[in-house]
Amino acid sequence: MTDRLEGWEKVTGAARYAYEYPLENVAYLAAVQATVARGEILAVDAEAALGMPGVLAVLSGGNAPRLAPVDDGELAVLQSRRVAYRGQFVAAVIAETPETAAEAARHVRVEYAPEAADVLLRADHEGLYAPEKVNGGFPADTESGDPDAAFAASAVRVDATYTTPAEHNNPMEPHTTVALWEDDGTLVLYDSNQGPSAVQSTLAEVFGLEPAQVRVISEHVGGGFGSKGTPRPNVVLAAMAARVTGRPVKFAVPRRQMWATTGYRTPTIQRVRLGAGLDGRLDAVIHEVVAQTSAVREFAEQAAVPARMMYRAANRRTRHRIVRLDVPSPSWMRAPGETPGMFALESAMDELAVLTGVDPVELRVRNDAPEDPESGLPFSSRNLVACLREGAARFGWDARDPRPGVRREGRTLLGTGVAAATYPASTRPGEAVARAEPDGTFTVRVAAADIGTGARTALAVIAADALKTDLGKVRMEIGDSRLPRAVVAGGSAGTSSWGTAVVRACEALLVRLNGEIPPEGVEARASTADEVRSRQKYARHAFGAHFAEVAVDLDTGEVRVPRMLGVFAAGRIINPKAARSQFVGGMTMGIGMALLEESIMDEAFGDHVNRDLAQYHVPTCADIRKIDAVWVPEADPHLNPMGAKGIGEIGIVGAAAAIANAVHHATGARFRDLPITPARVLAEL
Amino acid sequence: MRPFTYARAATEDEAVAACTDGAAYLGGGTNLVDLMRLGVAEPARLVDVAHLGHDRIERRADGGLRIGAAVTNGDLAADRTVRAEFPLLAQAVLAGASGQIRNLATVGGNLLQRTRCAYFQDVTKPCNKREPGSGCPAREGEHRNLAILGHSAGCVATHPSDMAVALAALDAEVRVRGREGTRTIPFGDLHRLPGTAPERDTCLEPGDLITAVEVPPLRMPSRFRKARERASFAFALVSIAAALRTDVPGGTVTDVRIALGGVAHRPWRARRAEERLRGARASGEAFLRAAEAELEAAEPLRDNGYKVPLARNLIVRTLSGLVAP
Repeated sequence: MTDRLEGWEKVTGAARYAYEYPLENVAYLAAVQATVARGEILAVDAEAALGMPGVLAVLSGGNAPRLAPVDDGELAVLQSRRVAYRGQFVAAVIAETPETAAEAARHVRVEYAPEAADVLLRADHEGLYAPEKVNGGFPADTESGDPDAAFAASAVRVDATYTTPAEHNNPMEPHTTVALWEDDGTLVLYDSNQGPSAVQSTLAEVFGLEPAQVRVISEHVGGGFGSKGTPRPNVVLAAMAARVTGRPVKFAVPRRQMWATTGYRTPTIQRVRLGAGLDGRLDAVIHEVVAQTSAVREFAEQAAVPARMMYRAANRRTRHRIVRLDVPSPSWMRAPGETPGMFALESAMDELAVLTGVDPVELRVRNDAPEDPESGLPFSSRNLVACLREGAARFGWDARDPRPGVRREGRTLLGTGVAAATYPASTRPGEAVARAEPDGTFTVRVAAADIGTGARTALAVIAADALKTDLGKVRMEIGDSRLPRAVVAGGSAGTSSWGTAVVRACEALLVRLNGEIPPEGVEARASTADEVRSRQKYARHAFGAHFAEVAVDLDTGEVRVPRMLGVFAAGRIINPKAARSQFVGGMTMGIGMALLEESIMDEAFGDHVNRDLAQYHVPTCADIRKIDAVWVPEADPHLNPMGAKGIGEIGIVGAAAAIANAVHHATGARFRDLPITPARVLAEL
Repeated sequence: MRPFTYARAATEDEAVAACTDGAAYLGGGTNLVDLMRLGVAEPARLVDVAHLGHDRIERRADGGLRIGAAVTNGDLAADRTVRAEFPLLAQAVLAGASGQIRNLATVGGNLLQRTRCAYFQDVTKPCNKREPGSGCPAREGEHRNLAILGHSAGCVATHPSDMAVALAALDAEVRVRGREGTRTIPFGDLHRLPGTAPERDTCLEPGDLITAVEVPPLRMPSRFRKARERASFAFALVSIAAALRTDVPGGTVTDVRIALGGVAHRPWRARRAEERLRGARASGEAFLRAAEAELEAAEPLRDNGYKVPLARNLIVRTLSGLVAP
């Protein structure tokens, strides 16, 4: 139970976030967004803006520095006359104050030749195609056995289509960059991101520099939820503006501009077919996903991937199809793939439970997979059943009356639901340095990012363990691309990857220490590239189970969640205090996904209409009542030296399905489209 | 944001004199400042009217209240008399915004807040309310939380205030200081329906300053209820402020007030339902018939038809609760 090491600094405001670095002679940037969803920029008239006192420059396609092309078309900022989506950055004003920049940006006139835009995802869209790979590097399609025949021959069949809407990450700290070019040509970026090493290498490529010529500092980051996992147009724009004006430039993307420019979860349309015997044992699992991507960047949400390893079934097909629309680029958002995919799969499992009359907990236990169904690999550990059993006992599941729509208190219907969770336990290669200082303390360095997760603290705990010293003697240095190279805080792989390197560096240091420490200290560096690549082959995943109780107002259709419990099996938990917070945070996001979150696409204009936190609803404190997260003991020797699985994302996976399943139990109505709003519920009551 | 000047008025005279063309009164600023940041409101001058001595709640001779226009929402909801004698008003205020916003927002400003229609707030899109004659994309676009009653071809916006719904039910009056002197406006006449001039939310003239809200005594059970997607910090899908009196428990309705929020361009006083109920036996059946009579006039749009049963259910539920609390 370790408190966050930087908690005091954060609470008192001393912790410095990207926008807050005090720099001399700084200028401010405001971006101009496209007001058409597709078309050609004919002209940019900056005269009025340039005439305003305090305006330093206006950048647009005509005068912006040329950049090297990179894979991510989002980073080709101001490089083309084409408009790929409404809200794309088409110009920028740099001025002496943020107010002047914002006002001048309103006076930049952009003339377009608009073209008809295609912005709505449909399951029968003629542009759907199979991507080469889906997110995570997985194949788009897999098939084993004869799923169609097995499904057709099954005694019990579920065939249902589920949809999830576009959802936006919305970290509290917006995407922010302060860019400056030093006299020697080094680009320095104070930037809010999930991995300084990745920003460093990408920006070096974009500006034609050596990686060593780019320095990225991101000591504190106010959330990312995937949206800061890859560099965004804002960082390129700020760096360009700093080069053109010769001054440090600050750019914090305004909340309303984040909707188009910093990523979101694609809407999904998912058809799930489950074929089972009367006892609920699965014989066929078919999960087919339709999602969107943009014209400038391919991103394929891997929503059907969890169906490849979740349950035992002899016949299986998973399939992903995406379509390039004239929309902002979707990207990583809160457990991409698993989150929407497990909403569909775990809703379908609940439908199967209802059809077979098998208890939903028991149904999942019955279909537990002894080894990875597709690869045949053994699981390094798989404690889904333990999570289900532990959760059922704690939640009081055994006393549950399975009949839907029969529990009524006044004008409220009550119900409970369960859903399983899973997330890959990945470890990626990286480096770390450990130093013994002459004063008896240690310094541990790794270019990790603490995006509010408690990563800094977890790494210090890991280092203190490895060094067999007190936590107070360990100084963690993270959030700087000059530190040993590290993977992004993403895919729930941060702690596992960085921690492995930290342990190895600390071990190497201990070997070198013998007695007195010289004035210059003793240092050891470790790289885990070989170790990670030569690991034995296992299917490595964390598992969990969500239990939710809902109260549905018969008159208003309002759904509230008075009680929710998550039970997880995620290896060794390094810092229980922060871990509980992460799990509960993920479950809270799951409540948002189930009941509230939806970015609404405006077909006429081609943008999301509800672009602020007054209109895009996330749960408030009043929405989160009795909520708890616990974990079952799990000793897994096949993971990493800590025995830990990542826990950043599993908390949201399956949470929405548990709530939707509880709503079915309460009302007898099945909600296959998220979010479950009063409008939708009223139509079914 | 367009550059502007700021002046703090010390007296009503000073305020009205300063509020010339292009100026706007500033109360708590919780809506106006947002709109200025969005470029929706572009006042050349802000006249701060939070310091005119309008920050008191006073008892009237008839037992009613005079609520100063600069009383904050937070203070209004916390006032002992309001809580005891006008519970629907305290409940309505507490149902709105967040604690932080209520501590800044004023009664006058709350009444004059603008619609939260997404198109009104987006200067890159047409909106007849913001730019008369430019069109209304909401009618065919995103309108799930817009009007079902009293809308026009040119505007389907709703008024966002919860407090105003309670005041509509309370038969309040609004004290206004204008360039021509002082006058009193019945609450039901303050806010307009959009008609062909949706740019006008209220009947107020340029320079008019709300100085107080007069609330007559209520002396009957009352309640406010708001339906919303999340439990806090959300505008109403539909809200209701209601009060009901019967001659004997479960007997005949002698007085009833019903106002709905989230359904129209102004707080919607359900006069037709009230008429049906006055003199009728207080029963669930009567409440349902009254609600249906009121909502016969509803003209839901493509995606907001759910508001009709929602409003109906809220009327029945709230009145039933007032009969048998």
